[in-house]
Amino acid sequence: MNRQVYLDHAATTPLDPRVREAMLPYLCLKQGNPSSFHSFGKEIKDDIEEARRSIADILGVRSDEIIFTSGGTESDNLAVLGYARKNQKHGKHIVTTKIEHHAVLESILHLERKEGFEVTYLEPDRDGLITPEQVEAALREDTILVSVMYANNEIGTILPISEIGNRIQKWREAHSRPELVFHTDACQATGYLDLNVEKLHVDMLTLNGSKMYGPKGSGLLYVKRGIKLEPLQFGGAQERGIRPGTENVAGIIGIAKALELVQANREAESERLVHLRDRLIEGVQRTIKKTRLNGHTTNRLPNNVNISFMDIEGEALILYLDASGVYASTGSACTSASLDPSHVILALGLPYEVAHGSLRFSLGHETTEEDIAYVVETLPPLVEKLRALSPVRVDEKYFV
Amino acid sequence: MNHKQDPVAGTKGDVTSHDKAKSWFYSDVVKDHFFNPRNFLHEDANEADYNAIGKVGSPACGDELRVWMKVDPATEQIKEFRWKTFGCGSAIASTSMASVMVTEGEGMTLDEARKLKPQDIMERLGGLPQRKFHCSVLCDKALRDAINDYYRRTDQFDKIITEASRIIDPVSKVTDKDIEEAVLEGAHTLELVQQKTKVGIGNPGCLPAVEELIRFYKEKYFG
Repeated sequence: MNRQVYLDHAATTPLDPRVREAMLPYLCLKQGNPSSFHSFGKEIKDDIEEARRSIADILGVRSDEIIFTSGGTESDNLAVLGYARKNQKHGKHIVTTKIEHHAVLESILHLERKEGFEVTYLEPDRDGLITPEQVEAALREDTILVSVMYANNEIGTILPISEIGNRIQKWREAHSRPELVFHTDACQATGYLDLNVEKLHVDMLTLNGSKMYGPKGSGLLYVKRGIKLEPLQFGGAQERGIRPGTENVAGIIGIAKALELVQANREAESERLVHLRDRLIEGVQRTIKKTRLNGHTTNRLPNNVNISFMDIEGEALILYLDASGVYASTGSACTSASLDPSHVILALGLPYEVAHGSLRFSLGHETTEEDIAYVVETLPPLVEKLRALSPVRVDEKYFV
Repeated sequence: MNHKQDPVAGTKGDVTSHDKAKSWFYSDVVKDHFFNPRNFLHEDANEADYNAIGKVGSPACGDELRVWMKVDPATEQIKEFRWKTFGCGSAIASTSMASVMVTEGEGMTLDEARKLKPQDIMERLGGLPQRKFHCSVLCDKALRDAINDYYRRTDQFDKIITEASRIIDPVSKVTDKDIEEAVLEGAHTLELVQQKTKVGIGNPGCLPAVEELIRFYKEKYFG
């Protein structure tokens, strides 16, 4: 029997057993509707508010600034569409980057195509970085929203959110533009980086339960007090009417517990994973020629390894790895219905063949030294085999 | 108008199995050809050993395929068919299967090989998901490119069939090739082809020609 190595934590994380324990009562015993007036409902309402407070403490914000949603996609949509629609009288210009998650990018694209907004898409450098100067240069008198992710989901590059936020804050004050707000998608950063909102200078922040060993279908959006959003759905007063619908109680309890656990352990876990991450990178580079590490070498999530294996197509390698018990992923071609190569790798200024050959290994809690050693040992013959089949020879200027 | 799409012969829906109960994965035959590809060209082979070469695609479109054939000049049968593919699992498996099919027995004649349809390859593979259909079209095109190359080298110019594109709708600049691609990607009605290509939207006069082409390509590829 092969070893089974799951290296797709950036796609989703397994549920932490401690989170599961915390959720269980809400899936069977505690079943009231939090909006009901009887004591069943009241007790659950209190538990939700307790969860909200615990999250607010970690982010360094007030409880009423947390809105629970169904996940990262909804939070991003609510931030982008909700803010833009509600505040368009103050301007219809948005600034974002070419490497955002599709939940942000597609929302913004929709505003651009269908609702008359103008958008500036910032180009990252070859490592995936965006500078505060780039953001500032894109700001206009009619800019109302800037959305830049905390860390990229494909290549793991950590963006200088605190510096960008600081720059936006200063510009806002200098230009008397209180309507200009800054949103960040922090889904990939949750387990590893500081989420203190004040330090980050952000006005809205997206988190997703299923990327932090919490339940799928849980998420939240931090929205600074005073910011008005147009709801995306209607029919109730839950979440201050901004996100109506009966609360996903077990999900809310779960995301609160998950956030508490990953944030309490984030420094130790980061250190452990940086070590494993670098062993994997070093191991691949030592045993396989003609590869490229995509993303920044040091400003990088502790759990992300993204490597292009030149001359071969990512999906084929994923399937060969799968047969050996290694579960990785590709942002490339055939796995997505669109058949398009990764928009992130292309945005770095790399050619299609480099994008098509990129694989993402994302590490997590249960990843061990033995797992990494197994991957390093398994990969070379598979890459060799696919290269023998391939007619493509990528220019060596793209190796590193 | 019929908005419902008929299932495509040889495909198995999108990402579910035929009964929609399970996520689709490769058939055993596809897996066998993917993990044990037949007839691919080894690094050390010499191009001069072959008398017909074909190429299709580029990494930009996700797949690139090259084929090398040895054709017996007396019988015009394909005696050897070697290939290299940059592409996903389906692309590798369908090229491997095509290489087996054209060289089986005494080998197909060039006339027979030209009639090989993508869905013949897919049926032998036990089916591919619909959105992987283009993978098997690719090897069919590379094969026909190599057949043309053979005729070119043997001065049989009258037998070369080229597929130059022509503009069908001058407003949207949509060509017959674009319509062919749309049909291959599963758009089998005028509405679906229009969604993909915008053909005829500002120029309804060209629609009868478009409908005729859709019929032609459906017939050609899906029989």
